[in-house]
Amino acid sequence: MLIKTDANGFNHPTSSEITPVSDYQSRRDLMRLMATGAAGAALATWASREAMAQTVAKPGKLAALAGGKSSVAGAMTMEKITDYKDVTTYNNFYEFGTDKADPAKNAHTLVTRPWNVAIEGLVKQPRSYTIEDLIKLSAQEERIYRLRCVEGWSMVIPWVGYSMSELIKKVEPLGSAKYVEFHTLADPKTMPGLGSRVLEWPYVEALRMDEAMHPLALLGFGMFGEIMPNQLGAPVRMVVPWKYGFKSGKSIVKIRFTDKEPKTAWNKAAANEYGFYSNVNPDVDHPRWSQATERRIGEDGLFAKKRKTLMFNGYGAQVGQLYAGMDLKKNF
Amino acid sequence: MISRHKALLHPAAKPILFTACLLPFAWLFYGALTNQLGANPAEALIRATGEWTLRFICIVLLLTPLRTISHTPALARFRRMLGLFVYFYVVLHLLSYSWFDMGFDLTEIVKDIIKRPFILVGFLAFLLLTPLAATSFNAAIKALGARRWQLLHKLVYVISGLGLLHFFWMRAGKNDFAEVFVYAAIIALLMSWRAGQFLIKKKAEAQQIRARAAT
Repeated sequence: MLIKTDANGFNHPTSSEITPVSDYQSRRDLMRLMATGAAGAALATWASREAMAQTVAKPGKLAALAGGKSSVAGAMTMEKITDYKDVTTYNNFYEFGTDKADPAKNAHTLVTRPWNVAIEGLVKQPRSYTIEDLIKLSAQEERIYRLRCVEGWSMVIPWVGYSMSELIKKVEPLGSAKYVEFHTLADPKTMPGLGSRVLEWPYVEALRMDEAMHPLALLGFGMFGEIMPNQLGAPVRMVVPWKYGFKSGKSIVKIRFTDKEPKTAWNKAAANEYGFYSNVNPDVDHPRWSQATERRIGEDGLFAKKRKTLMFNGYGAQVGQLYAGMDLKKNF
Repeated sequence: MISRHKALLHPAAKPILFTACLLPFAWLFYGALTNQLGANPAEALIRATGEWTLRFICIVLLLTPLRTISHTPALARFRRMLGLFVYFYVVLHLLSYSWFDMGFDLTEIVKDIIKRPFILVGFLAFLLLTPLAATSFNAAIKALGARRWQLLHKLVYVISGLGLLHFFWMRAGKNDFAEVFVYAAIIALLMSWRAGQFLIKKKAEAQQIRARAAT
């Protein structure tokens, strides 16, 4: 009889009839691995399989620049990568205009070859690198970072580059060097934005030495598996993912080591609004807008609530100790 | 000259102007639906509605000088409609901000308005515009009396100043005042014309009084 009553309910199959033997066996293997502490090595491959799921499609616009897998902690976020089109048409690069559509329109004039980067100041090995030498100085890695702009929007970008610390180690700063400056090119012939007096040119940004030495601080040469587009700061720029975007100098021509806290571009323009550190901090508002939330470009739709901004842009586990004991409300 | 007056008095003139004033809104609406407002549509909408509010303020302020200088009294027909479009775009601006930026979180909006002077100033301008929009119909003019009504509507001068300040403060963050100065220059020019008219009128009045005293 097929009439069902409360007593017999559904006739359930046993779970082993649904799940293939191999699957639940492999799950048991995994559990056993975990229990025996041997998971570390095995899980590494499992995790890397997850990372592989985030394959970066080359847009096919510029010369390829391959980056190997990065082993730096925090260097590979699993978040959805922002569209290449949005990344390359919506950004700030005041040397090419103040509107966020301007860099994409105007930066074609930038001449990136030949290109030299001067290493100056308190170093044992002051010298000038050609961009070709600089690219080869250390192994290129792919790093998928969140980028949080001080204006309240964010992206996820797959950069190609290597840790700034690699270069710093090569040039051997003196013990007295406490800060590193990054000078952006200031060429009125190719950069129409220099005509405006919005900022003092050249654009100078800087990091404390320990910040610059942090493995997440990236010297970037490309994105999306290709060389850096002009409007994003070709041919070489900084990428400091736990700070607001403007801290990452673009199109760098000079790196200078110094013992005094440098006067940086936005800090000079409005010291009460843009501090030297400018770490992403949801608790310290910009005087004119809240930094508690952000809009992820291309993801958070027009009607979606903005997402919460994370302390240090979510890189607190990696960089938090750099600021231990500091009042981050004062040193914003 | 007659043809110009005829065109302005033509029954189709108002509907045509009305449609033209709606074009920015139509474009923004269409752009939002078809995802053509760039990488950050929320920002694009908030900015565009704010800029169109400022532009309509400039147009409204231009009307009287244009009418007087070009001896085209027929232009006065369009004052009310253009004024109401200022309000239309400022409401869209406030709505875009409240919706797309703040997710209609009322406590957050109130906190934001109080905490940030540039938003407070913008909100104040909106508040001051509200009685102007509310008294734009004929019965309101009658009820208030032409004199008081005119005095009330002189608030638009204060509002344009507040709007400029709001825009200036917003751009101060990026140290980018080029556009602010364009609007400021236009409004300053239109206001100085009014100041000039006022002085001429005062002078004429003084002369009249003197002439009367002499007789």
